[in-house]
Amino acid sequence: MNLKLDIALTHLKFRKRQTLVSVLGVAMGVGFFIAIASLMQGFQEDIVRRVIDNSPHITMKDEFRDAPRQPVEIAFAGGAIALRGVKPKTEIRGIRRAGQIMQALTIWQGLTVSQVLSGQGFLRYGSKERSATITGIEPDRERLVTRIDKDIVQGSLDALKTAGNGIILGRGLARRLALEMNDTVTVTSPTGVILRMKVVGISHTGVLAFDEVNAYVLLKKNQILQGKTNIVNQIRMRADDVNAARPLAAKIEARFGYRTESWDEANEGVFGVFFIQNMIMYSVTSAILIVACFGIFNIISTVIFEKTRDIAIMKSMGFAEGDIRGIFLLEGLALGALGALIGCALGLGLTYILSIIRFKAVGLVEIQQFILKWSVWHYVIASAIAMVSAVAAAYIPSRRAAKVNPVEIVRGAA
Amino acid sequence: MTPAVEAKNVTRVLPGTVPVTLVREIDVAIMPGEFVAITGPSGSGKSSLLYLLGLLDRPSGGAISVHGEDTSGLSGDGLAALRLKHVGFVFQFHFLLPEFSALDNVVVPMRRLGRWTDKEARERAERLLTEVGLADQMRKRPDQMSGGQRQRVAIARSMANDPDIILADEPTGSLDQKNGHIVFEIFARLANDYRKSVITVTHDPHLAEQTHRQIHLVDGRIVDDGNGAKRTFDETALPAPPGV
Ligand SMILES: Nc1ncnc2c1ncn2[C@@H]1O[C@H](COP(=O)(O)OP(=O)(O)OP(=O)(O)O)[C@@H](O)[C@H]1O
Ligand SMILES: [Mg+2]
Repeated sequence: MNLKLDIALTHLKFRKRQTLVSVLGVAMGVGFFIAIASLMQGFQEDIVRRVIDNSPHITMKDEFRDAPRQPVEIAFAGGAIALRGVKPKTEIRGIRRAGQIMQALTIWQGLTVSQVLSGQGFLRYGSKERSATITGIEPDRERLVTRIDKDIVQGSLDALKTAGNGIILGRGLARRLALEMNDTVTVTSPTGVILRMKVVGISHTGVLAFDEVNAYVLLKKNQILQGKTNIVNQIRMRADDVNAARPLAAKIEARFGYRTESWDEANEGVFGVFFIQNMIMYSVTSAILIVACFGIFNIISTVIFEKTRDIAIMKSMGFAEGDIRGIFLLEGLALGALGALIGCALGLGLTYILSIIRFKAVGLVEIQQFILKWSVWHYVIASAIAMVSAVAAAYIPSRRAAKVNPVEIVRGAA
Repeated sequence: MTPAVEAKNVTRVLPGTVPVTLVREIDVAIMPGEFVAITGPSGSGKSSLLYLLGLLDRPSGGAISVHGEDTSGLSGDGLAALRLKHVGFVFQFHFLLPEFSALDNVVVPMRRLGRWTDKEARERAERLLTEVGLADQMRKRPDQMSGGQRQRVAIARSMANDPDIILADEPTGSLDQKNGHIVFEIFARLANDYRKSVITVTHDPHLAEQTHRQIHLVDGRIVDDGNGAKRTFDETALPAPPGV
């Protein structure tokens, strides 16, 4: 074995308790890091997957990113007159020439598209009332864009087409209204149109925010309900590559002017939460690692203090400064490596325990167990961080060791 | 002939608010094959001179040459490399690595130098330890040995890399008379048979008598460099050569 490594390991072997404590410190940091990374990434990827599954990749809306400029501003740009209290002109909203846009999108970008009119509605069943987001869809187009079929747990999407006044409700919404299949619910729109509709399907996405508010009817029915004949206010698109959605959305917006959002932009709030979540979790685990590094710093400083005589002997034998520094850096590395190894085992164990825990939790989404992401990178990254910080912690004391003046020690003992 | 180690007008002053002069204006040359004793009262600078000749300390003035080459310009690592190859130290108080066995203590410098394979190094260490009478103690750690035994391990270690300059600071201080003589016989053999330069500090006049030459120090100055009183050593009366 390499002489420096041999000496380094011997020093540690003769300090079993101290070595154990600092190794366990590192192991704990690494283990928690792995478990938490697996938990966080698993959870977040699950949410992203659900979001992607349940929303179109790209949505064009009947609005513009900036409020339109007032005619007076255009006419007297930079003029000395300021008009206050100018309200935007009331106009019937909706995407104009939606059919043409859809055709263009299909030809230009090869996208699968659907058109939708979405609006608020008031559902009443017996004494129970709830407001809902009612989306008017064309089932045969919609199912290609949002994969809505697979969420329908009772009834079917096709029943919308056959039933005269069919409605599909999110499961949470149905439960709150105590509605069952084939019940008839009264739907009132903001414009006062009232329709009696039959429940022909229940959808369940697992994302509470969707299931508690969403209701689907035929596009034509919603146009009647909302009093917007032949108007759509969303064009939904599915791209081949989910991750290319954002730049594509920007390109589409630039061409057609309507505000066009990709799934990740539309859910930016959720992803912002992820960021904060990650920051907190990784800070906590980093803190554990920092504490572990203090342990390493401490043991190596102690060894060096106790080993001043040995350092003097080795230098008198002809060990160079680099050799001495190397010995103590290797001690740090050995502690880090051993800690990383045990930490990986600990991480594996923790993730396993997390994976078998079952529970019922209803929060942002409904889950029965932790969704864990297993990635070898968590292990690699955690180990690398542990080893780099262990060596860094050993660096300061090892420099001091290399500078020991052997004559002072030899003379001092005489 | 070039001296193995030579001090030219060497002075060593410890800096401080009250500077202490350890040795002053030392001029001395030790030839290959010379066995030299340094004598002098306590505090006269014997140890200090030894550290300087062994390249462990640097002079404040003057220069030390090893095999004719000035060492003044060398870096700390440069000096360390010279020590590794050319110098073997035995300190006034034995200094061993406490976690390593007697054998491993002797093997460590050899592994650092890398001239021998691990197997050769072990065999060589065994021979050296046998030479100092520790054949049955090789596996013991320093804390399991007596002071005299430890001192002998230190002597064996000083010879590990087959250095041509061996510096010993009262190596027999903790040995009985018999072992003291054994050590001096080994030193004499190293000088006579292997042309090593052996420089040893000693308080024992009888042992000092056995060397080729005695350098006497007083107050950090050489008052007698012993070159008038050289005597040859009886080579025929020596036992087998040490493990080289
Ligand atoms: N760190 C120091 N600070 C101040 N003075 C010192 C220091 N080290 C040594 N000295 C002084 O330097 C002088 C020489 O010391 P040195 O150890 O070389 O003497 P020595 O001849 O080896 O003595 P001994 O026979 O007792 O070992 C002594 O007078 C000592 O007091
Ligand atoms: Mg001394």
